[in-house]
Amino acid sequence: MMEPGPVEPPTGSAVPALELRRLSVRYGSVHALSRVSATIPAGQITCVLGENGSGKSTLVAVLSGLRRHDEGQLLLSGEPVHFRSPQQARAAGIATVWQDLAVAPLLSIWRNFFLGAEPTRGIWPLRRLDVDRARELTVQAMARVGVTGLDPDQPASTLQAGARQSLAIARARHFGVRAVVVDEPAAPLTVGQQTLLLQTIVAARSQGLAVLLVTNNPRYAHLVGDRFLLLAHGQVAGKLTRDDVDASDLMRLMAGGEEFSALNSALTDLHSELGEG
Amino acid sequence: MSDRLPTLGASPVELPRPRRLLGRALGRPSLPALVGLAVVVVVFGAQAPGLLTSGGLASVLDSAALLGIGGVAVALLLIAGQFDLSIGVLAIASSLVTALLIEEAGWGTWPALLVSLAAALLVGLVNGFLVVNTGLPSFLVTLATFLVLQGTSQASAQALAGSARVSGLDEAPGWASAHAVFGSTVQLWDGRFRVSLLWWLAVTAVGTWTLWRTRFGNAVFASGGARRAARQLGVPVRRTTLTLFCLTAAAGWLIGTLGVVRLDGVQVGAPGLGSAVDFIVVAVIGGCLLTGGYGSAVGAAIGALLYAVARQGIALAGWAPPWFQAFLGVLLLVALLANAVVRYRLKAVPRS
Repeated sequence: MMEPGPVEPPTGSAVPALELRRLSVRYGSVHALSRVSATIPAGQITCVLGENGSGKSTLVAVLSGLRRHDEGQLLLSGEPVHFRSPQQARAAGIATVWQDLAVAPLLSIWRNFFLGAEPTRGIWPLRRLDVDRARELTVQAMARVGVTGLDPDQPASTLQAGARQSLAIARARHFGVRAVVVDEPAAPLTVGQQTLLLQTIVAARSQGLAVLLVTNNPRYAHLVGDRFLLLAHGQVAGKLTRDDVDASDLMRLMAGGEEFSALNSALTDLHSELGEG
Repeated sequence: MSDRLPTLGASPVELPRPRRLLGRALGRPSLPALVGLAVVVVVFGAQAPGLLTSGGLASVLDSAALLGIGGVAVALLLIAGQFDLSIGVLAIASSLVTALLIEEAGWGTWPALLVSLAAALLVGLVNGFLVVNTGLPSFLVTLATFLVLQGTSQASAQALAGSARVSGLDEAPGWASAHAVFGSTVQLWDGRFRVSLLWWLAVTAVGTWTLWRTRFGNAVFASGGARRAARQLGVPVRRTTLTLFCLTAAAGWLIGTLGVVRLDGVQVGAPGLGSAVDFIVVAVIGGCLLTGGYGSAVGAAIGALLYAVARQGIALAGWAPPWFQAFLGVLLLVALLANAVVRYRLKAVPRS
């Protein structure tokens, strides 16, 4: 029997790779995230659990630079950062596997791999893509996630769903030097695809990266997670470690959370004063 | 226990066998246009042998050049998923600005050209800014620009020059050098080849290189084909769109300048919406998908050539000119159907 088991965090690094301090994100008057505090240490897998609309996607957007937080702090190795674009987040070593994989179907595989961060050579008016290097790196990175015999010039639309997911994962592994954010793909995965995703997550942990796995499947989370962050209505509903819970506990918490929030929203609909504060 | 990590080890991911021939054909958006060009040349070459002489060739290439410059710029914009209807009227408006500055204000040729370029870029910037910031369809935004520019240029030509025609520019200082750059011709056998041909080739070459070999080109493809993915990966979609609107505006200015230098003046007519759609027709014939993300600059250049061959061919074959419009409609329909097939093939693989 194989237990993934938590890996010792790298010694001497008391400062977590990523930290959220009372971080808030508003869309208009709606709080998508409200004063969320959490640490995402290096060498551990932090699972974010919550139902749809609990703020998981917003959290991913903030960490990957797509959305700026309105209040609070985002600390990268102890330094406050404010990513202005996903490019900056990727340059800082945080890469994301997006829920929809973020693959442009009409672009070739290597163009997809480096989209937004293409290697170039030459100086400005003649600065151009380093096509050979990009192709080579793409083939290497894809081989590392088990896709071999690839023609990097094929359009990504010729890839099957599994290979597309591999492309997204390989890209995140290539650019994620410090942290990898995995927003669990929305499409149903085959066992093979799930295996690949989990393998990647575990491999990233053993290389000392901070890993954030966003999912609404507690069983799945408990398989690999070291720490669990429960979100509900944009707020932290619970912080647990692997020692605190087993899979069924998580499941029950999740279910309880859903029941609770369903009840809560039903009541709020009836009595609007409950929703305030 | 079910919560166990499945066995580690390289999990084989199966790749479909790449369909080489199809893949290659799909990699060349210009292929249908090239086939169409061959057909048109054969048909009209037989109907009107004058088309294949050096004189006929010169007139075909001349009308293809102006169309091609705009077509390539519009193709880039279409690939990024946007439309520009204002480029044709922008050509006339910017050449009117040049002519009025020279004729009415007594400016030198080059300063007048620079100011009209700046004005054109401003229009492009406004177009792009509106599209990027309001989320309105660029089709409608540039339709509005088209109407505003057309009305303004006609009214101001009447008000400032007293007629719809401004001419007699060739005495302005710097006209000779401007004429060398934008209006010189070469006599080869019995055809007069204009320098606009070189501009067309240059625009096509730079457009192609930019599309396939620069980060900007990658951003253009991604902005049109997968905007959401492009945003998520940090591709500057807004900046790319703005730049492209400025590029089509600059192309409009170039077309206008080539015209004003050639004619020593500008005639502000009433170009119908047809002239606004011409460039888009050319780009679509050249293989651009209206939905964005796919197309090529070379394709648009070939599309312009096809268009010009058909127009000259119909004239030389002695058919009634309205037949050209009918022919163009058929051509556009065929191009759209061909593109639909491409799109179907490219999207046939189930989305993950």
